[in-house]
Amino acid sequence: MQKRSPDTGSKMQLSVKNDPRSVPKGPFVPKTLAQLPQGESGVLDRLDVPEDIARRLMELGFLPGHTIVPARSGPGGEPRVYRVDGSEVALRRETAAHLMLRTPSKNAGKAKKP
Amino acid sequence: MSECHDCAGCAVIAEPPRSSKQAPPHVVAIIGPPNSGKSTLFNRLTGLRQKVANFPGVTVEQRVGRAKTKSPREVVLVDLPGVYSLSPRSEDEQVTRDVLSGQMAGVPKPDAVLLILDCTNLGRHLVLAAPILSLKLPTLVILNMADDLASRGGKVDPAELASELGAPVALISAAKGDGVEKVFQFMEGTSAGTTSLTPPKIELPVLQDIPRCRQWANQVGTGASYQAPAPPLWTRRLDAIFLHPVAGPLVFLVVVAGVFQTIFRGARPLMDGLQSLVQISGLWIERGLPPSIFRSLLVEGVWNGVGSVIVFLPQILLLFLFIGILEDSGYLARAALIADRTMAKFGLQGKSFIPLLSAYACAVPAIMATRTIESKRDRLATILIAPLMTCSARLPVYTLIIAAFIPEHPLFGKLFGTQAGALLGLYILGFVAAIATARILKSSILKSERTPFVLEMPPYRLPTLRSLGLRLYDRSKIFLHRAGTVILVVAIVLWVMLHLPLKDGKPPEIEKSFAGMVGHAVEPVIKPLGFNWKIGIGLISSLAAREVIVSTLGTIYGMQDSTEESEGLRQKLQSELTPGGAVALLIFFAFAMQCMSTIAVVRRETGGWKWPALQFAYMTLLAYVCALITNEVVRSGALSVIARL
Repeated sequence: MQKRSPDTGSKMQLSVKNDPRSVPKGPFVPKTLAQLPQGESGVLDRLDVPEDIARRLMELGFLPGHTIVPARSGPGGEPRVYRVDGSEVALRRETAAHLMLRTPSKNAGKAKKP
Repeated sequence: MSECHDCAGCAVIAEPPRSSKQAPPHVVAIIGPPNSGKSTLFNRLTGLRQKVANFPGVTVEQRVGRAKTKSPREVVLVDLPGVYSLSPRSEDEQVTRDVLSGQMAGVPKPDAVLLILDCTNLGRHLVLAAPILSLKLPTLVILNMADDLASRGGKVDPAELASELGAPVALISAAKGDGVEKVFQFMEGTSAGTTSLTPPKIELPVLQDIPRCRQWANQVGTGASYQAPAPPLWTRRLDAIFLHPVAGPLVFLVVVAGVFQTIFRGARPLMDGLQSLVQISGLWIERGLPPSIFRSLLVEGVWNGVGSVIVFLPQILLLFLFIGILEDSGYLARAALIADRTMAKFGLQGKSFIPLLSAYACAVPAIMATRTIESKRDRLATILIAPLMTCSARLPVYTLIIAAFIPEHPLFGKLFGTQAGALLGLYILGFVAAIATARILKSSILKSERTPFVLEMPPYRLPTLRSLGLRLYDRSKIFLHRAGTVILVVAIVLWVMLHLPLKDGKPPEIEKSFAGMVGHAVEPVIKPLGFNWKIGIGLISSLAAREVIVSTLGTIYGMQDSTEESEGLRQKLQSELTPGGAVALLIFFAFAMQCMSTIAVVRRETGGWKWPALQFAYMTLLAYVCALITNEVVRSGALSVIARL
């Protein structure tokens, strides 16, 4: 539950307040790298960070189109190690939250729905 | 197993070497991404001692060494900081660019390049080949960690890669030494001028466009039938423990506590042995020589002074052995990860953690290592707090006083006692003072945006005996060099000051000597801290370097009661200092900036006297005030309450 970042929107928060166990409608689709649960893979779409930081991250393999898998982290989930392009790089959540993931195609999304 | 598949480079030297002696040296630069093994290769090629670590960003200055080639021309190797690209953002990358373009003062433009890449991650590392090959210098592409690649089921065809890139390729293992002869052959070839360049098969990409460069690297890799190795299983298994949410931080603490306990207890027998060696040899000299002023200088000044510092060599080596194992194994990067959250709370980034950790060894290389920090303000903040970290020069002072004043009781069983606990406490104190200062700086004069924490996690590797041995050798050399220069000079000056002015042709009482006068002059200032005038002499002489206080006290007490030769410095201190003064002395040394080398390097790195002056004033004031409070608290008996518990 905690891995779902507050970014998922304020609408959901109301229902969370009333019943913390309530599951939001539809499957959870992580939009940023920070929302991606440990061990699942996502494909990077774009980097919403200043250019020099983007370059640094791209040099380390965070390139659009590359698959990224969140791995272990420091205590409390920060910073987290990401498996990307054959190596492991640690980022803080504040950075990972600006790395946008490619949303799976609509068909794939529908297929997952019960 | 490794072959040098070259198209042109490593050929037999065709021409007879030109007039060898007059020819300018052949300059070869080693370049590669962080953690690709540049420094290990540099050590292999030169035999010169160079710090190597399994941690990104260790080489911060270009280092120069002479390669052991058979070439008649002198081959000079330049080891450059690790870079992922040639676009300069940090000081590190700027250095690399400047050297390669021949704009670095004191380093001639390289005639050839050794591009070293980690072949377990070739796709990403090949990106650097594009800007390097476009320099059009004779280049050998070295695929390092061939042993890792093979053991993890990866493959690459060096011959095909060579024809793809238009440059010779050598598959080597720098750590094991496999294939290194190919590198020598290449340098011998280029120094004789027999290398020609061939254009790469696939045109080089536009350098600014990283996705395009990466695509190019993939194409080249495919052309060389590169097969990426399986993920490092052992690294994953170890990370499951070392980065476990609960076990991880616990292991971190156990590692730290274990290191301190071993440094304190494990080194003791060796140190005791060395101490008796110094004492016995001192007695021999005394017996062997007729009584004279010269004998007094040799035994009391030099032998007692320098000897009392040399005794700490085993302990310092043990500390460096641990730092070496932590760095080379790759655990340090995990430690930085675990510590990052704490660092962030104090406004510093994880990258500051690297220099701060090496400041535990010595503030001077730590301050130079801050060049990897891109943010100027973060860098300055790290420079300013680095001397507060407990460097190894404090260790002799701490050990001496703790052993003399803190009674040993087991804290957590037999494994961790009060003395090691006190030592650890002092290390933590330095760390807390450092980050608290950082907090103040970062929220006031050095306020800046947070820069993102990006740290590559290297795979775990077994540290090689060779690399650890080189470190210890290097460290002993530095330590003994200091003992032979700074400490020796201070010891002699001190001895002279203790023996003048002559009274009726005889040296005066210590109290009436020049040194004694200086000590008495500062006594009113330091008396509130619980220090007497003898400690005052020690404090003044330790402005040169911290450990000098030990040699100074060794000299003073060595002169005083020569009747009790067997009595160590430890016992003598017990009768000289009150418990309050002893703890205050520890606190004073934890905070004061007693180190000329550090002041010099801060001046150089910040480009002026402003910051080192501020830093010195701040640290001295902090040391004085805290020592004063400590002495008062201990005197008032607060500690005896704790001791009773």
